[in-house]
Amino acid sequence: MGAIRLEKVKKTFGTLDVIPGVDLDINDGEFVVFVGPSGCGKSTLLRLIAGLEDVTDGKILINGTDVANEAPAKRGLSMVFQSYALYPHMTVYNNIAFGLKMAGESKEVIEEKVQSAAKILNLTDYLERRPSALSGGQRQRVAIGRAIVRNPAAFLFDEPLSNLDAALRVNMRLEITGLHQELKTTMIYVTHDQVEAMTMADKIVVLQAGRVEQVGKPMDLYNSPANKFVAGFIGSPKMNFLGGELAQKHSCHEIGIRPEHVAVSTESGEIPATVKIAEHLGAETYLHVEADGYGPMTVRATGEVPLGEHDKIFLTPEQDRIHRFDAHGLALGNS
Amino acid sequence: MEKKQTPLGYVSFSVFAWIVGLLIFFPIFWMVLTSFKSELEAVSIPPSFISFDWTLENYAEVQERSNYFKFAMNSVILAVGSTLVGLVFAVTCAWAMAFNPTKRTKDALLWMLSTKMMPPVGVLVPIYLMFRDWGLLDTRFGLIMVLFLMNLPIMVWMLYTYFKEIPTDILEAARMDGATLPKEIIFVLLPMAVPGIASTMLLNVILAWNEAFWTLNLTTSDAAPLTAFIASYSSPEGLFWAKLSAASTLAVAPILVIGWFSQKQLVRGLTFGAVK
Repeated sequence: MGAIRLEKVKKTFGTLDVIPGVDLDINDGEFVVFVGPSGCGKSTLLRLIAGLEDVTDGKILINGTDVANEAPAKRGLSMVFQSYALYPHMTVYNNIAFGLKMAGESKEVIEEKVQSAAKILNLTDYLERRPSALSGGQRQRVAIGRAIVRNPAAFLFDEPLSNLDAALRVNMRLEITGLHQELKTTMIYVTHDQVEAMTMADKIVVLQAGRVEQVGKPMDLYNSPANKFVAGFIGSPKMNFLGGELAQKHSCHEIGIRPEHVAVSTESGEIPATVKIAEHLGAETYLHVEADGYGPMTVRATGEVPLGEHDKIFLTPEQDRIHRFDAHGLALGNS
Repeated sequence: MEKKQTPLGYVSFSVFAWIVGLLIFFPIFWMVLTSFKSELEAVSIPPSFISFDWTLENYAEVQERSNYFKFAMNSVILAVGSTLVGLVFAVTCAWAMAFNPTKRTKDALLWMLSTKMMPPVGVLVPIYLMFRDWGLLDTRFGLIMVLFLMNLPIMVWMLYTYFKEIPTDILEAARMDGATLPKEIIFVLLPMAVPGIASTMLLNVILAWNEAFWTLNLTTSDAAPLTAFIASYSSPEGLFWAKLSAASTLAVAPILVIGWFSQKQLVRGLTFGAVK
């Protein structure tokens, strides 16, 4: 059981408002991802929930109890750190067992829990090794193992995959998702990688400058972003923003169109453009173009497209995929 | 860019290093040599290097005249005692400074170090009077306190630089795992800082062992360590070089042996943080 509720949680460092006041509901068993650019306060928010930083003001309710002034260990949460933060002088077994020992569990209970965690995480053969004798992925598993055995109300992940190489990252991403499906424990996951956010989350919280910009399911954020920031942050490559005549036509300040929602033609279309760079990936082609009157745009075409530098093309945005924004960058609803 | 060393440069550098090394080592060598001479040969001019009658007479006489082991035991108790007491304070102090720094932490560290710049004789009178009034003169406890306080700034500095290298994440992980502050320090911080703590202890033992000012001024017999033992050989009847040398050799031998075997550890400890 782990429902977490933040009520007007505030954090200031000196005179600097890092988190000006966040309200958030995280349901039991939910996989919530905090995402945002560097320095947006997502890690700070996680550390506030963990108890590693003191809140300046506000309440943190875990299963209805305010824990804002409790010590980290009293909150019943486990955390996986970006740097793994394994105890270098202890074996894998002792790393995983440490929390249980601190909780005063009996030797038999510790043995049983460590063995079962090791089994889930494929660490059984490595229990007697030191962290220094493990690969990055194995270390990450030990860190997760350390979190699992305490049977926490919720898991907190602080950018756990950013120290891994790309291939391993995809693997671990799947493993963590699998783990969530198996354990059904609440997980809060911090990342700056929106692909991780989109693929793993039940609910994404987009943060900027310590404020919650939008909370929602991945596809909701993709399909109906609340503002320009969310629209630009979710989705890769980034959404194109166009003003001018096209915006006027849709009676708004600016329109946004995702690169995958623009049709490319060599004969006719709404916006004439010149290809600057074509990135051929096989399954898809990214075209970085200069659109006449609108400046640089990115377009994504499916499959192999025989286009290159200086080619003249025409772009046509899919009408029902156009996002409209007002002068403050707020979404106006689809036209 | 590393400069390529020419053979000539290498040779001259080596010769220079040997000369410096021998110069530094010579007094100790001479002391040991003299301790095996008779009193007459010890002061003979020109001095003899190898061709003299080797004798152990001085050592026998020194042991007969004063109880070496009593002094040595006091030295051990004072050096180890002040180091252990110092460690308790220095670890907690360095922990606070390394992991919970404030704007003033650097200033506090510098201030602590600056206390080492004051000549000890400047505070001799007040400390002597305090010791007299509190009945601490010539007690091991009193001296342990003085030696521990004298070396505390250096211990804090060394441990601070070590602790700075330990990632905060690991301590936070321990906190998340339910470790209380004492357990966090004992089970996580200290084991990771073992090399640093070892070299800090070692240096402190050496400093306390060699300390002569306070040990000579605040003791007479009961708590007197080896420094007092040596000093007792510069008697009013004149200097007995051979016996003085024998006493000195006995006094420095233990620490010299420890230092010899742990020099790697010691050098690493002193330069830690300076080179990464």
